[in-house]
Amino acid sequence: MHPLTPRRVFGICLLLCAVLFAAVVISLRMGAYPISVRDIVTTLVNGALGRRDQIPSEFWLVVFGLRLPRIALGILVGASLSTAGAGFQALLRNPLADPYVLGVSSGAALGAILSLIVAPLAPGLIQIAAFAGAAATIAGVYFLGRRGGHLDSGTLLLAGIISASFLSAVIMFLMTSLSGRDLRGMAFWLMGDLSSAPALDLRWLYLLLIIGVGSIYTTASDLNLILTGEQEARHLGVNVSRVKIVVYVAASLLTGLAVSLSGAIGYVGLLTPHVMRMLFGNDYRVLIPTSALGGAIIIVLADLLARTVVAPTELPVGAMTAIAGAPVFIYLMRRRVR
Amino acid sequence: MSATAGYQAAFARENAATGRTPRLRLRVEQASFAYSATDRSAPTFTLGPVSFEAQPHELVAILGPNASGKSTLLRLLAGLTKPLAGRIEVDGVEVSSLDLRTRAQKIALVQQESELLFPLRVWEYVLQGRYPHGRRLRFESEADCLLAGNALAQVGAEPLRDRWMDQLSGGEKQRVILARALSQQPSLLLLDEPTQHLDIGGKVELLRRLRRLADENRHTVLVVTHELDLAAEFSDRIVLMHEGKCLRVGTPEQVYERELLEGVFDAPLEIEMKPGGRPHVILRGVR
Repeated sequence: MHPLTPRRVFGICLLLCAVLFAAVVISLRMGAYPISVRDIVTTLVNGALGRRDQIPSEFWLVVFGLRLPRIALGILVGASLSTAGAGFQALLRNPLADPYVLGVSSGAALGAILSLIVAPLAPGLIQIAAFAGAAATIAGVYFLGRRGGHLDSGTLLLAGIISASFLSAVIMFLMTSLSGRDLRGMAFWLMGDLSSAPALDLRWLYLLLIIGVGSIYTTASDLNLILTGEQEARHLGVNVSRVKIVVYVAASLLTGLAVSLSGAIGYVGLLTPHVMRMLFGNDYRVLIPTSALGGAIIIVLADLLARTVVAPTELPVGAMTAIAGAPVFIYLMRRRVR
Repeated sequence: MSATAGYQAAFARENAATGRTPRLRLRVEQASFAYSATDRSAPTFTLGPVSFEAQPHELVAILGPNASGKSTLLRLLAGLTKPLAGRIEVDGVEVSSLDLRTRAQKIALVQQESELLFPLRVWEYVLQGRYPHGRRLRFESEADCLLAGNALAQVGAEPLRDRWMDQLSGGEKQRVILARALSQQPSLLLLDEPTQHLDIGGKVELLRRLRRLADENRHTVLVVTHELDLAAEFSDRIVLMHEGKCLRVGTPEQVYERELLEGVFDAPLEIEMKPGGRPHVILRGVR
């Protein structure tokens, strides 16, 4: 018997932090203006120590003006979507659950677009509207996915796919009929993109990320039991309704946060938790933090590819995650069918 | 040692140790319940009122045909449903007044296992039984591991500890589910048709194990079952249910009457008394 210890969770997280740091350095290095690793490290150290005068202006512009904000945004979005995905998988007892597949990202995108139409200059409103859109969609999908009083995994996925398709159509309608207004591009909302700088201070957005991930983490032991069956979890003393509300609100918040900043990036919430399950096991006490860090790594690397594969043209980062995520979805679906 | 002798010996040991009759573990007093399709429609099924008691070290079998209210009674005992009227007390405390975690420390319910969403090893599954005994977000201690290991040993499932749950046979799985319930360290152990998917050898082995758990560990064990013969052989007390009513409560000798059982189970039966004094049910020619 080798039960999970806080020390082991900490060690694994430290390892993933190191991988994330390496991914960040590689991402900073590559692009239309290549910089050596040594120059990056020197620039980062000088920047951290406030010695701006010692940094060449082009390095300052490329590292702190262009690449680092984009990477910081990618980390935020990847961590949010992956933790939301892990949360939805337990909440809905469905390993194929993911904010994009379930239409939650599309709901958040629609909420964000509506807020841009109604009050384009209100700070923070876009995040609130995206959260409301995400929460409303998951509630709708949950009720549509019920058959005979029980949540049916096949019906749930169909309900999600139909909702995603319907909401995407509404988004396309709005974007086409309201052309000329500053609503960002259609590709941004439907595929995801990290090129737009957020209007809000990143520190506030990171605080929201910590609140969302932390809230889900407080239910980690409960989620482990819920995965063996809700009824059984209740027998063992889990307040299943409370856990579901916490995960529902927090996962919707994280999805809304990510979509309001980067549009609907698909499959990260599916791909990352499953990779982490394969590497570190199914225990939610390790799965939640590793999903957050793993999601950050995956988005940073996916965005790096999106920027460099057909340079100087940039692909939407969602195209890269879909190329990797869709085969994983099919693999998981076929494994379940067998 | 026969089942009754084991039970009596344990009882005698406790009496000698405490110098008094052991206190009551479970008291069911005029408990009743009703199901209806909607809040306003007339009830489609009514249970009760049911009254009976059980002591520590007792094994009680709840018998009855399908739809007789056995599982509803078990849900009431487990505190999953509140009785419409009457009281159910475990160790002197009303079950419906207990919060979820305290209830899980006192009562363990073993049901047919639901499908696991992700694979789990046996020891991980058994360790889940320690959940009610700590904070909500917790990491298991060495003491938890020791108790889970003991629970596995009690059901003879120690060699299975590193196996995957979905690779176990029906009998092995049943033992592991029982081990998780034991690691909860409950006073009251409730089992809903635990013999359903077992062959005859597995059924006998499981009932023997439950008997031993009751004898040796102060548990009170309640089993919902269709196994008339095994219930007669291993239980101290029988609760006979029919169409939502509790028809009789007593020792197997008191409950196993031919006319009564024939009426309840709607089958031609014969009751024989075995040399040990336990009744034996025989199905008469039905062709």
